[in-house]
Amino acid sequence: MSIEIKTATLEPVRNTFAHIERRFGDKPATRYQEATYDVQSEKYFHYRPLWQPEMELNDPRRTALVMEDWYAFKDPRQFYYGTYVQQRAKMQEVAESNYAFFEKRDLKRLLSDDLQQKVIRYLVPLRHFEHTANLNNMYGSSQGYGTAITQALLYDGMDRLGIAQYLSRIGLILDGNSGDALGEAKSYWMSEEIWQGVRALCEETTVTKDWFELFIAQDVVMDALVYDLVYNQFDAWLADNGGQDISMLTEFMQLWNKDNTRWVDAVLKAAVAESAENKALLEGWVTTWKEKAVAALKPLAEEMLDAEAMDKAVAALDKRLTKAGLFK
Amino acid sequence: MAAKKLNIKDKYRLLTRDLDWEYSYADRKEAFPYEDFEGIKITDWSKWEDPFRLTMDTYWKYQAEKEKKLYAIFDAFAQNNAHMNVSDPRYVNAIKIFLTGVSPLEYQAYQGFAHTGRQFGGVGARVACQMQSLDELRHVQTQIHAMSHFNKFFDGFQEYSHMHDRVWYLSVPKSFFNDARTAGPFEFMIAIGFSFEYVLTNLLFVPFMSGAAHNGDMATVTFGFSAQSDEARHMTLGLEVIKFLLEQHEDNVEIVQKWIDKWFWRGSRLLTIVAMMMDYMLPNKVMSWKEAWEVYFEEAGGALFKDLARYGIRMPKYSEIIEKEKEHISHQAWWTFYTHGHAAGFHTWIPTDEELDWLSEKYPETFDKYYRPRWELAKEMEAKGERFYTKGLPQLCTTCQIPMLFTEMDDPTQTSYRDTTYNGERYHFCSDGCKDIFEDEPEKFVQSWLPVHQIFQGNCGGPDVGDILSDFYHMNVGTDNMDMKGSPDELRWKQWKGVA
Repeated sequence: MSIEIKTATLEPVRNTFAHIERRFGDKPATRYQEATYDVQSEKYFHYRPLWQPEMELNDPRRTALVMEDWYAFKDPRQFYYGTYVQQRAKMQEVAESNYAFFEKRDLKRLLSDDLQQKVIRYLVPLRHFEHTANLNNMYGSSQGYGTAITQALLYDGMDRLGIAQYLSRIGLILDGNSGDALGEAKSYWMSEEIWQGVRALCEETTVTKDWFELFIAQDVVMDALVYDLVYNQFDAWLADNGGQDISMLTEFMQLWNKDNTRWVDAVLKAAVAESAENKALLEGWVTTWKEKAVAALKPLAEEMLDAEAMDKAVAALDKRLTKAGLFK
Repeated sequence: MAAKKLNIKDKYRLLTRDLDWEYSYADRKEAFPYEDFEGIKITDWSKWEDPFRLTMDTYWKYQAEKEKKLYAIFDAFAQNNAHMNVSDPRYVNAIKIFLTGVSPLEYQAYQGFAHTGRQFGGVGARVACQMQSLDELRHVQTQIHAMSHFNKFFDGFQEYSHMHDRVWYLSVPKSFFNDARTAGPFEFMIAIGFSFEYVLTNLLFVPFMSGAAHNGDMATVTFGFSAQSDEARHMTLGLEVIKFLLEQHEDNVEIVQKWIDKWFWRGSRLLTIVAMMMDYMLPNKVMSWKEAWEVYFEEAGGALFKDLARYGIRMPKYSEIIEKEKEHISHQAWWTFYTHGHAAGFHTWIPTDEELDWLSEKYPETFDKYYRPRWELAKEMEAKGERFYTKGLPQLCTTCQIPMLFTEMDDPTQTSYRDTTYNGERYHFCSDGCKDIFEDEPEKFVQSWLPVHQIFQGNCGGPDVGDILSDFYHMNVGTDNMDMKGSPDELRWKQWKGVA
């Protein structure tokens, strides 16, 4: 038997805001919809930016990509601020308990010097790669158009800062908080041959002007390759070679990548589906940046793993590109 | 071996500040291209003191807890129809102004801080801006969600986004933030991070949130409480920015002073609407605008400028005019809205006798002498069934975009007009402050999208004002606006309360 509390029922005058009703009809809206659609100002800007006088303040022409409706970039995770932080808070709680467990049991002592050295050489320098991803996603968030994609780019940008901080903590666990491992990893990033291609590529992305091209370079191409090489293939290698406990410290990145990939693929798919022009444009960008990224990552992939590793990562990326409707 | 303990500063340095590096392959100037054109000299970004040292994991954790509590209140508010607990349906018009006029500014703040959060060359400053950017996105979204329930039961919320881009009085807040965002990154930080967040926020945010608390609006006041710790972070960032700029190079002092002069004047103009809201729109009063101004600007701001004097910074220009204005602006603004009540997106009304007495008490120098007689006249006309609406469209100030409603402060019977000529065209202003701002950057302010000019130029449909209001602004004329008396909002309220 169920009991029912009697409350006063009042008939609402309307179900939602008018712009939401125009898009989705006269029915109650979700919080994602109300927080996202048509929130960004679109017209009648008062002044041109002193820093970019050829553009309006919010201007869809900051990329060569053309969309009829920029709100086609719906986030399949339906992240608005509240759902975003709550989801990440859950992930960080798991991460926190992993890091605490690792430190409490002093699992570092189970890692050989050689393994620790490999982590400092291959994993920790990625904090600088993540820092670049932070910049590039902030760029898209500030230059992009329509809340649907710009808010998701902001979340991605902040995630990357968080991941850079987790990677830094791995260094601090290994060096007993002296900062030496971080210094060593940074010196690899700055001058070791295997990292120079990656660093040059990172620097190049930060001078790239088209924000959607940058999304392709960073969030589609570079992330797909780096995350497969490091958090999939290198992780598997570590697990086979006595370094399985490191996975506790990178679980956040693995979960995050899965989550973020859903959004990235949805954006890519919507952009491709829009028009043949977009598809051609995107194929051009993907080709260019894939070529650059493969060349940049190859020395790292070969030393960290083996000669086939790069091809495997590329195959994983290609599968996603095809699924999004590219190159077919 | 036990790991050594890191203090917060060192930890933050290792986890955040150390992430950036010296470029070897690309031109770093090209990656951060907007740092020089304003004339600000940064000699060493590493001198930046992080105003708060929050890592992302902690940020997610704290903010998620706050969001969970906030949305629990929103859910309870909706479930219990708690909009019926507000003091008086007139109150709801204050938050209509908030959603149409202020929430979109939170969005612009998100965009502006995302821009500086990408463009500053110093990683410490960037990350602090990024977090503020994310917070500002939080604020606009939680405000939309807080008002979502009101929108279901009251008129005037439903087109907030469309209206913000078009409506005459909403171009005041919109152009304010457009001005800041189109400026260089350092001016943006002085405009919004310092002038607005550090000093003027107390006069925007606090009155609205306290107004909500005093008038039974649990959704809005809970949002206010929840945002308080974000605002505290934003204030520390604003203060760090100004100190950093002033300490980096002595040549920065003059530039910063000019921005302070500009943005305090623009800010005081923007706050006119808050003044009006506090004195006229809250059925349960918090304090008068004059009192709020004295506490938050004269006392708190005065102490701040005393602190900044050691850098060679003085009080904002026209402070003495601003001080006189506290006696007048709320009355002048509400009268303007009352007489243009058919063209506003909310309801207006004549203050009750009790409220008129309160105003007389709070403004002994000015209210009875200059403003009460107008309301007595309006009452007489209303009693005869001749509620007054003005026919004309107001002339707008080219800088602040407020109708020419302000008077000379030494002669409150005389409307204040200023003008100047630029490239053979005449431009009009409400004050010396606004005229100065124009003359300093005429090429920027000639671009102002002045709603009344646009109407006369035929860019907003028409030709009748009624068509413009309904077709271009999307107002339901006679439903969303006109007098509170007899409005659908009032009728529904009476029905819900069983007093119809």
